[in-house]
Amino acid sequence: MRADDFLYPTEAGLYCPAGDFFIDPVRPVPRALITHGHGDHARAGHGAVMATRQTLDIMAIRYGEEFTATRQVADGPVSVGGVEVSFHPAGHILGSAQIRLACAGGPVITVSGDYCRTPNPVCAPWEPVPCDIFVTEATFGLPVFKHPDPGAETRKLLSSMAEFPDRPHLVGAYALGKAQRVIALLRQAGHDAPIHLHGSAQRLSDYHLAEGVPLGELRPATTPKALEGQVVIAPPSAFASPWVQRFRDPVICFASGWMAVRARARQRGVELPLVISDHVDWPQLTQTLSELRPSEVWVTHGAEEALVRWCELNQLRARPLRLVGYEDEEE
Amino acid sequence: MKAFAALLERLAFTPARNAKLQILQHYLERTPDPDRGYAFAALTGDLKLRAVTPGLLRGLAAQRFDEVLFALSYDFVGDLAETIALIWEGEPGGELSITEAVRLLETTGKAGLPAAIAGVLDRLGPSERLAFLKLATGNLRIGLSARLARTALAQMGAPTLDEIEEVWHGLKPPYPEIFAWVEGGPRPDRAALAPFRPVMLSTPIDLDELRALDPATHVAEWKWDGIRVQAVSDGGVRRLYSRTGEDISGAFPDLVAEMTWEGTVDGELLVRSQGGVASFNELQQRLNRKTVSRALLASHPAGLRVYDLLIWNGEDLRPRPLTDRRAVLETADFRSDRIDVSPLLPFATWDDLAALRAEPPDPVIEGVMIKRRDAPYVGGRPRGPWFKWKRDPRVVDAVLIYAQRGHGKRSGYYSDFTFGVWAGDTLVPVGKAYFGFTDEELRELDRFVRANTTERFGPVRALAPRLVVEVAFEGVNRSARHRSGVALRFPRISRIRWDKPVAEADRLDTLEAMIDAPNVFDAEAARAGVRHGRTKRRGGASGPPEEMGASRPLDGAEAPSPPAGYLGKEE
Repeated sequence: MRADDFLYPTEAGLYCPAGDFFIDPVRPVPRALITHGHGDHARAGHGAVMATRQTLDIMAIRYGEEFTATRQVADGPVSVGGVEVSFHPAGHILGSAQIRLACAGGPVITVSGDYCRTPNPVCAPWEPVPCDIFVTEATFGLPVFKHPDPGAETRKLLSSMAEFPDRPHLVGAYALGKAQRVIALLRQAGHDAPIHLHGSAQRLSDYHLAEGVPLGELRPATTPKALEGQVVIAPPSAFASPWVQRFRDPVICFASGWMAVRARARQRGVELPLVISDHVDWPQLTQTLSELRPSEVWVTHGAEEALVRWCELNQLRARPLRLVGYEDEEE
Repeated sequence: MKAFAALLERLAFTPARNAKLQILQHYLERTPDPDRGYAFAALTGDLKLRAVTPGLLRGLAAQRFDEVLFALSYDFVGDLAETIALIWEGEPGGELSITEAVRLLETTGKAGLPAAIAGVLDRLGPSERLAFLKLATGNLRIGLSARLARTALAQMGAPTLDEIEEVWHGLKPPYPEIFAWVEGGPRPDRAALAPFRPVMLSTPIDLDELRALDPATHVAEWKWDGIRVQAVSDGGVRRLYSRTGEDISGAFPDLVAEMTWEGTVDGELLVRSQGGVASFNELQQRLNRKTVSRALLASHPAGLRVYDLLIWNGEDLRPRPLTDRRAVLETADFRSDRIDVSPLLPFATWDDLAALRAEPPDPVIEGVMIKRRDAPYVGGRPRGPWFKWKRDPRVVDAVLIYAQRGHGKRSGYYSDFTFGVWAGDTLVPVGKAYFGFTDEELRELDRFVRANTTERFGPVRALAPRLVVEVAFEGVNRSARHRSGVALRFPRISRIRWDKPVAEADRLDTLEAMIDAPNVFDAEAARAGVRHGRTKRRGGASGPPEEMGASRPLDGAEAPSPPAGYLGKEE
């Protein structure tokens, strides 16, 4: 079977006709395989969903138990309409997976979803999944993106807290994944005081605690008097809402890979940019392609033009899929 | 370089003045000589290095990187030095102090420069690479004035800002004597002739407050709308300083040539026109220039109107009362028809003075100064001896069209506003204002912004044109940089007109008529709709804040603060 007949992009997302399923579809479909729980990849309303147990739990927390008609935990290789499907850790957020597809007489395809190779205390590490066709993201697919050591970025936050002990530090971090990672990084760096949470990150953080991720003591960010000089984790959207007004003279921080570029940090009105990313940076991205050496690379979303150029320069066949609907907002 | 890079990064994203001061002070306290001195000079624009050009940087990039990948990266990042700092592949771990970086840039010849820069980039991490490239290109863009930097020095030890400014000129980077002094060592000798002396500044006053004072113990004079300067001629060395101590001699060679006397003189720099004084707008043509063309020197000749004498023919007059200084001033021979003395105003009562203030004889007068007769000349802004009683501001009714979130104490509030007036049936932006309203009004404005947003651009919201505000300002300048062609001086929101329909907001013609127009008393301008604001509003709505760093203009961090050498027109 030709690769193009095995898996191809449609308006709803990547479709595998042999197994009659979509991967990370952006609209409701009868059967969906989901790589991870971020909103642009995991949507509610499908007929059947297969994902890791943690991704299914996360979808239920976000959308309610009715998010799909039926669900199946991905546990070891299973056959879906003659296609062998298996899930492998992606190192992006809790529960995130790469999906490997194989069928008799066809190529092996690995759909990476979003992935990260920097050790992340909140999830299992990325694993290489050898394949003929590697379907990769390219969120940070420009050679200017070389994410620094997250520990060093965390120390920046701590040193600002020492410099301005009377100002609350509001750290913008998406409610799923980044929020818990920032908390875990702070714990690793020795910050053991209670950390305050915006309401939208509460249930997902509780779930991480229940899954055994060491986040320490978390408190709701509802009592402003008690917050001065502390760390408050909130989704970046909260900074545009009147919620911020309860804090006196806060230092606005933002944990994101985009913070490596000053203009991006300025657009956000950020006072302390923290370059902490849950995606592969350029060196990791190109290293992955060099190590896997697939016969072909398909680029789903991000800076596909630059990555395809790199592949050309390095004698790898590559093409952009131009999938729509995956925003970089979750970073 | 690590500490310097961290300092630059922090300052670049910190909008609040006091936080900037604190960050800089801590850096200076923790960094040894001579690194801190070079860092200080780099921040204030006093490090004169041969600038590395963008062309050189592009050449470096072309040698190392694929053209397409570099172009895509540069397109995303938007800044050449930053793109190179991010994309460079080196072996970080080497250390290069800022002192070593400065020496390298000073001693390397043009031919060897590209290789030397590449060699440094190879050794540094990304933040340090950016700091090094910013240093090398001489373009730090972190919005820190020399005065603010010296304020951080003053916070480190006993010497006051005025004392520091007095010894500053003639000292060279890396300023070891200054750091020794603020850390308890001896006061440095003044190294150069014609030093700057701290300027005496006034505080605002109004008629009610004046009534508590005795007119007989005070003199009054016009407050001229030029640039307050200190002209120094000392043993053949002549310098013209702004009131914050920036040396602006280079922009005014015509005036400097006329300073053939010996002394330190306090006055107003003005542009002459047909025997009289030209408007501030005309004077602006001469500001912020390194060199001046012969044509401009002829069309916009500079002159000096003298207010006071600090030192005259070798005698320091500052400790003596104003009356004594004035007596010397009135007999002084300035040997130039471009230099004259600001006349005193005759008045017996404050109402007499109010009448004079209401009808100034020259449009380039922005109020009156009131000075105590027995006061010595004291640098800084002592409250009591000198007052400014400015003319009432002008006002215009404008429509809010954009709002941006504030910072620090205003985090979460939309506090920085862009307003516009009608040109035909469209609203053109004419200025930005971020003060003049009370805390309660700020909350009301914030609610209005959230309820009337039509579009969002990062921290900026476009607003439905529904709210009129009365904007008070000091004057209108013609401006090629603004789409409307006009720029307001010190705009602030003086009143929120919840009641006024937007269709009744003012038109661009109204502002255009105020350009160069003498104040309200010009009949034509009055007919064109020039109006007076109310005299004073609670909470100092009638004057600009002491420092503009309290919040920030709407351009936000994107907007560079005034470049080094910028002449603040505030006094």
